[in-house]
This record gives sequence, C-alpha cells and structure tokens, in this order.
Amino acid sequence: MLNYLWGAMLLIGVVYGALQGRLPEVTAAALDSAKEAVALCITMTGVMSLWVGLMEIAQQSGIIRQATRRIQPFVNFMFPGIPKGHKAREYISTNIIANIFGLGWAATPAGLKAMEALEELEEERRKSGGQQGLSRGRAGAAVPRGTASNEMCTFLIVNISSLQLIPVNVIAYRSQYGSVNPAAIVGPAIVATAVSTAAAVIYCKVKDRRRST
Amino acid sequence: MQTAVRMILYFSDLLVPFLIFYIVAYGILSRRPVYDDFVRGARDGFQTVVQIMPTLIGLMVAVGVLRASGFLDFLSRILCRVTELVHFPPELVPLAIVRMFSSSAATGLALDIFKEYGTDSYLGQVASILMSCTETIFYTMSVYFMTARVKKTRHTLAGALLATAAGIAASIVLAGVM
Repeated sequence: MLNYLWGAMLLIGVVYGALQGRLPEVTAAALDSAKEAVALCITMTGVMSLWVGLMEIAQQSGIIRQATRRIQPFVNFMFPGIPKGHKAREYISTNIIANIFGLGWAATPAGLKAMEALEELEEERRKSGGQQGLSRGRAGAAVPRGTASNEMCTFLIVNISSLQLIPVNVIAYRSQYGSVNPAAIVGPAIVATAVSTAAAVIYCKVKDRRRST
Repeated sequence: MQTAVRMILYFSDLLVPFLIFYIVAYGILSRRPVYDDFVRGARDGFQTVVQIMPTLIGLMVAVGVLRASGFLDFLSRILCRVTELVHFPPELVPLAIVRMFSSSAATGLALDIFKEYGTDSYLGQVASILMSCTETIFYTMSVYFMTARVKKTRHTLAGALLATAAGIAASIVLAGVM
C-alpha cells in the first residue's frame, strides 16, 4: 500500500513540477526535507525518551496493571458475551490501556492476541451450537469461519476510534515547528478522542441490539 | 462555551506536569528504583525514534516534493469546490484521507501543514487534533483481521469510518473555538 502511495507522490511531484517549471524548487525541497526529517527526529528523541521512560516507571510500579483492572466495567459493558475469566478479556483490557497511554509497542501484540482469543471463543461457540448462543443473549448464534464475530467488530471499531490520552508525537512535532504552547492541544484532543470513541460505542451497541431482536 | 474552552486549555497545561508527578510519586511509594526504570524506558524510546527515522525521511521528502511542485495547491484548489459544501478546509483533505491508510504518510502531510500555515494557525490546530483523535483504519483492520484469519469484516469498516468522521468533525469544531 505504502509502496504505491509513496511512489505515486514522488512521481507526481516530479512530473507536475516539470510541467510547472519548478524543478529547481523540487530539488531543493527533496534535500531540505531529508535534512528536516533528521532535525525533527532529534526533537522527537527527547520527547519520546521522556515519555517512554515515564511509562516504564508506571509499568514497573504497577500503575498500568491497576488501570487495566479499573476499566473492567467498560470491558463488561462492551463485551457482555465474553465469559468471565476468558483470556480474551485480559488481552482486550491490556490493549485498551496500552492505547490510552500511547504504548503502541505494547498495544499491538496484546491486540493481536485478543483477536486470536476471540477467534477461539467463536470456535467454541460453533462447536456448542445454538444452545450457548441463546444463553449469550444479545449476541445471537455463532458466525461461520472466516467471518468477524460481534466482539471482533466491536473491539476493532473501539480500537480504531483512537483511545490515546496524550498525543506525544503531535506535541513533539508542534514543538519542533515553533508552537508557542505545543501541549495546548492535549485538552481538545482528549475531547475529540472522547467524541470519536463515543460514536464508536453507540454504533456498536446499536448494531448488537439490532442483531438480537 | 468560553469557560468550557478555557477549562479545556487549562487542563492541557496541567495534565503533563500532573502525570509526571503522579507517576514518579507512585514509583517512589512502591519503592521502585525510579531513575533506573526511567533510563531503561528512555533507551527504548530512543530506539523507537531511530527506527522510524528512515520512514520519516522518505515520507517528508515525498511530501516536500509534492508541495514544491505546486501539486498540493492544485489539489486543494480542485477540492475546495466540493469541501465548501461541508465547511471542511480543502488544505486538510489529503491529510484526512491519507490518515486512514498510513500513519507515517499522514505525519508527513501534517508537518507540511505546520510549515505552510504554522502550528498555532487554525489549520495547524485542526491538523494537530485530527492526528490525535484518529487511527489508521485500513492498516489496523488488515493486520488484526489477518491474525484471526477473518475475511468477512461485516460492519467494522462502517463503524470505523463513522468514528473517524466524528473525530474529524470534533477537531474542526474544537479548533474553531480555541
């Protein structure tokens, strides 16, 4: 995907620049941008090291584990069909907390584990047939193989709705490009994230309800 | 409305110092060697940036070339006819679209907005908030569903697009009142 996008951007840039007679500017931009990317990374290195360092303290002292426990009511609300003590629950919670704290490297492995666990859960449902489907209530019968289960859809939609509390990268970019107050967007960003996540939650709930009736 | 905005901005100023204080104080109370933990984590953060540096160079060059060729201006001139109808700034259309496919390519475009219009301009604020409240839809979906060997994704895409649209709309409104 990115191969085509990146290739197309450069090819269009060169051809369009040639047609507009702006090839000297294109050359300058290519060289300057490369230099600028390195300068940006130097700023980013400081901010990211600070943030990931703080997060290591948070992880080692148990703040992250405690936060994972605290979001259980939310997980119960969003995934009523996952049995208590199922490992999918744990992975989903870890993924959500890692996303909230901007720990991308911890979020993805947990998220992938959650997807595997949800697939196993659906496999158990397929084996046990309709009976368990009834006891699960609103989620209905098991879906065929190769089809996303309700929990998978919900998990991914919530995940994609963005959960990050502090947009560390954006703050670093803003400080590099001369913002008077790089962190000024934290509050608005949290509100916007809440809006997109609320939209995701409402959408998933409406979809789940419609299926059960 | 004004007080709500002021409170959100006040909260922005407080949150980072508060988190630093909370995390360090909690670490000390749990008798962790906080400085050693910090340095270990900071080393990871350092490596993360070194790893993304080549992708950032590649994408910033691509966006820089597109900007210098005049193509981005041409694109927003075409798009502004469509986006005028929904009050969406045409300069941000490429960013909003690319954001769904690639996080790093979107970063390149957002940085271009910062350079062209300034980080604290209206467009710079919208770009900042938009980058913070959206995710890479197609990338996330393909990786996650591949893991579960799922081909039929049902209502996932519709829900993800809806959440992203809500986030973008919120970015525009919030940047407008900031």
